[in-house]
Amino acid sequence: MALILDLAVQGAQMLLVLLLAPLLTGLTRKVKAHLLRRQGPPLLQPYRDLVRLMRKEVVLAENASWLFRVIPYLVFAATWVAASLVPTFGTGLLFSWSADLIAIIALLASARFYLALAGLDVGTSFGGIGSSREVMIASLAEPAMVMIVFTLALIAGSTQLSTMAAYLISGEAGLRVSLGLALIALIIVAIAENARIPVDNPATHLELTMVHEAMVLEYSGRHLALIDLAASLKLLLYVSLIACLFTPWGMAAPGTGVAALVLGVVSYLGKLAAGGILLALFETSIAKMRVFRVPEFLGAALMLGLLATLLRFVSGSL
Amino acid sequence: MVLVALILCAALLAIVPIAIATGRSPSGRIIVYGASLVATTALVLIALGSLFAPPSTVTLPLGLPWLGAHFRLDALSAFFLAVVNLGGAAASLYAIGYGAHETAPLRVLPFYPAFLAGMSLVVLADDAFSFLVSWEFMSLTSWALVMAHHRVADNARAGYIYLIMASAGTAALILTFGLLAGPEGAYTFAQMRAAYPEFGAAVVLLALVGAGSKAGLVPLHVWLPLAHPAAPSHVSALMSSVMTKVAVYGFVRIAFDLAGEPAWWWSIVVLTLAGITTVMGVLYALMQHDLKRLLAYHTVENIGIIFIGIGLALAFKAHGMAAAAALALTAGLLHVFNHSLFKSLLFFGAGAVLNATGERDMEHLGGLIHRMPQTAFVFLVGCAAISALPPLNGFVSEWLTFQAILLSPQLPSWGLKLIVPAVGALLALSAALAAACFVKAFGVTFLGRPRMPAAERAHETDRFSLAAMGFLAALCLVAGIVPGIFMDALAPAVTSLVGQRLPIQTGVEWLSIVPIAESRSSYNGLLVFLFMIISGTLAASAIHRLASDRLRRAPPWDCGYPDPSPATQYTADSFAQPIRRVFGTVVFRACEHGEMPPPGDTSPARLTVTMRDLVWDTLYAPLASGVGAAADRLNHLQFLTIRQFLSLVFAALIILLLVLAIWP
Repeated sequence: MALILDLAVQGAQMLLVLLLAPLLTGLTRKVKAHLLRRQGPPLLQPYRDLVRLMRKEVVLAENASWLFRVIPYLVFAATWVAASLVPTFGTGLLFSWSADLIAIIALLASARFYLALAGLDVGTSFGGIGSSREVMIASLAEPAMVMIVFTLALIAGSTQLSTMAAYLISGEAGLRVSLGLALIALIIVAIAENARIPVDNPATHLELTMVHEAMVLEYSGRHLALIDLAASLKLLLYVSLIACLFTPWGMAAPGTGVAALVLGVVSYLGKLAAGGILLALFETSIAKMRVFRVPEFLGAALMLGLLATLLRFVSGSL
Repeated sequence: MVLVALILCAALLAIVPIAIATGRSPSGRIIVYGASLVATTALVLIALGSLFAPPSTVTLPLGLPWLGAHFRLDALSAFFLAVVNLGGAAASLYAIGYGAHETAPLRVLPFYPAFLAGMSLVVLADDAFSFLVSWEFMSLTSWALVMAHHRVADNARAGYIYLIMASAGTAALILTFGLLAGPEGAYTFAQMRAAYPEFGAAVVLLALVGAGSKAGLVPLHVWLPLAHPAAPSHVSALMSSVMTKVAVYGFVRIAFDLAGEPAWWWSIVVLTLAGITTVMGVLYALMQHDLKRLLAYHTVENIGIIFIGIGLALAFKAHGMAAAAALALTAGLLHVFNHSLFKSLLFFGAGAVLNATGERDMEHLGGLIHRMPQTAFVFLVGCAAISALPPLNGFVSEWLTFQAILLSPQLPSWGLKLIVPAVGALLALSAALAAACFVKAFGVTFLGRPRMPAAERAHETDRFSLAAMGFLAALCLVAGIVPGIFMDALAPAVTSLVGQRLPIQTGVEWLSIVPIAESRSSYNGLLVFLFMIISGTLAASAIHRLASDRLRRAPPWDCGYPDPSPATQYTADSFAQPIRRVFGTVVFRACEHGEMPPPGDTSPARLTVTMRDLVWDTLYAPLASGVGAAADRLNHLQFLTIRQFLSLVFAALIILLLVLAIWP
């Protein structure tokens, strides 16, 4: 019985992230539009887009290979699995131990690996430009992320997200310099990984400024829907990750009752909304960078992460 | 057991005359590679059987008369014997098909089984003399294989540099064993183990030079990316995936087993070199557009990852943290195994491409996924595995290395506290760059449109090659989803070297791996694999059933400007351009120089990129010119009169006697 309940909670989390992801994207767009004094699309527009895309036929480039058709599913699967392993409303879910934070990052890395391959598959110049810039950005964002993980893991004594969250809820960690550095680095990485301004512009249609959009230029129909959904899931994942590590309050501990779970869901929704609004605020207040300024931006994250890790190595209290 | 292993090595050597006799006929190829396959498979089985068995030794009346030839098969030897011969078996199977295209079979066939026997003998040797003789035998046979196509441009230079570096490495190893044996000449490993080593630090540093030059540690790697691609592809695979591991064996054997208790600062040297090696290796690899050379440079990176694990294990061992040392050493040795799988696979794939198109240059390839779908699939598996993507095997060993790094704040020494996070950052950087490198390798070679007619005419490779690659790809997946079995197999070897082992993994529920404690970290490749499969198929079937499964082929969109010429695609060089700009300006002093024609002139613009290999320019070029200059000076000695010669000899004698007299 307990196993069935655990399974149900785990399944609920998987469905929750899948259902909420487009809403977060919609919320960010809406808030951004309001800040720009525009009406903006309705909150539910991303869902409508997905449904419409899924119903359309796929227009496939003549020389696209089988890999090009498989990759959307691979990318979606890897991102969805990663997103459902990040604690959202509760810690210690049934399968939370099957992959720790390093594995979650590696899952996202595999999604990116396949997507970058898709950019090269049709053999167009825009696909190549997207892939080549994407791997350049990733080559700095990923090590920065690993350094953040090191910092957090050294503070909490674990790379398991559930254990980390539980430790951070308990308040033993307190306020630390290394935590602050890790937070800044994590926000920079999250912005870069999700192709947001100032690194990339998710709404752009000016070819030479695109990174993510250039990679997926040849996709259409259900394939594009899956890739868009995966992108939304990734945004949700990073917001959940920041929420779970830096504002872990309200999350349900394992084995607590329904009331705690409800509280967890409500607080999670609140955190998501706050994350979306803050992201929109940040994006409207900054201009997009040139591509070759991005390495400096991400290099800062890498250095902050390394500094935070070094602090943890030299002192237990920083 | 060790006797059976030696008999099988002798059997491999016995193939050599058969190869010479039958090498010209096509059946000779099948006999030689088939017999090698049988012998190496038997050796794998013996090695697997000896993994958990007590060490067995044998002394043969060969070699030095007062010493004999000692051989020993213990857990560590058994593990490396399994790695060597698994690679050997896969390469033999592959070569049954691949060898059909060999233009000079007599330059390959006789040396091939000898090379395999040499590598197996190195890991079995139990005295310094047998070790060095086997080591040199391995070096020379592989040199002969590198020179198989000696008329091809640059191959002679590759062979020359290889020969010099191999001799230098062996010289360092001779000094290592000289120090270990001491003035009494205790040449067996058992005596060395029992003796208290006086110059432990010098021993380990010399071993690092000797084994590191064979393994490809930066800055001793210069020969590797030249020599490995020059050999036929199945031999390239063996050299890259197996021979470098024999070098790792040499270092592990000397540093952990023979050199006594480690001092804490040895690991700093190892870790620094390893960290630099990982990042330099992958950056070099990213700058290549020759597929086989890219793979060879990437071996350098992986050797760095292995040495990070080994260096951490040395550090933990020096501070008496046996459990952490066991984790770090398991990570390093597991990566030895994993890398031998996917690097063989990738070299086989490169060989298949070379056979099908006659091209190694990626700039001439493209679109091979349409014409070689099966090769493309297994090559993709290899690329994903080497890029450390879950649920494949490369991720597991990198994950374990990260876990070992996370244990290192407990190290008491400050030097290590500062160097380990930096090494961790370098490892993370190299992991991300490796993914970029293999997006490039796979994307430019197999995806896109054919850049040259040769790529258009490509055809799928033969069944034997596909079987060998498919076998390795399957092993990559198995080692990724149930890594616990492989980690447990390493336990006896790890216990014998650091005194402790990881907790038993095969009993953990759901086949997870838990290196320390579940609350600390755990990973379950099987579940991640199943989750991905289930969610992917769920999404596919749901969309196909509920929404739409229609599909139409049309010209590519490309923002409305599709260009029919494949020359507009991204090439290997242009793909790596952003990374070259970010990292290369520092590491390679990369410099881009654009030449625009004046307005009104319709001649094409030109972009020239200059890059410098700083290791070569600052270390080897001065060394080579120094040696040349010295040789010029000393040339005079050849033209002395008899009186001057005699006085020279006399002076040398006096000086040597003086040294002896003054020496304490």
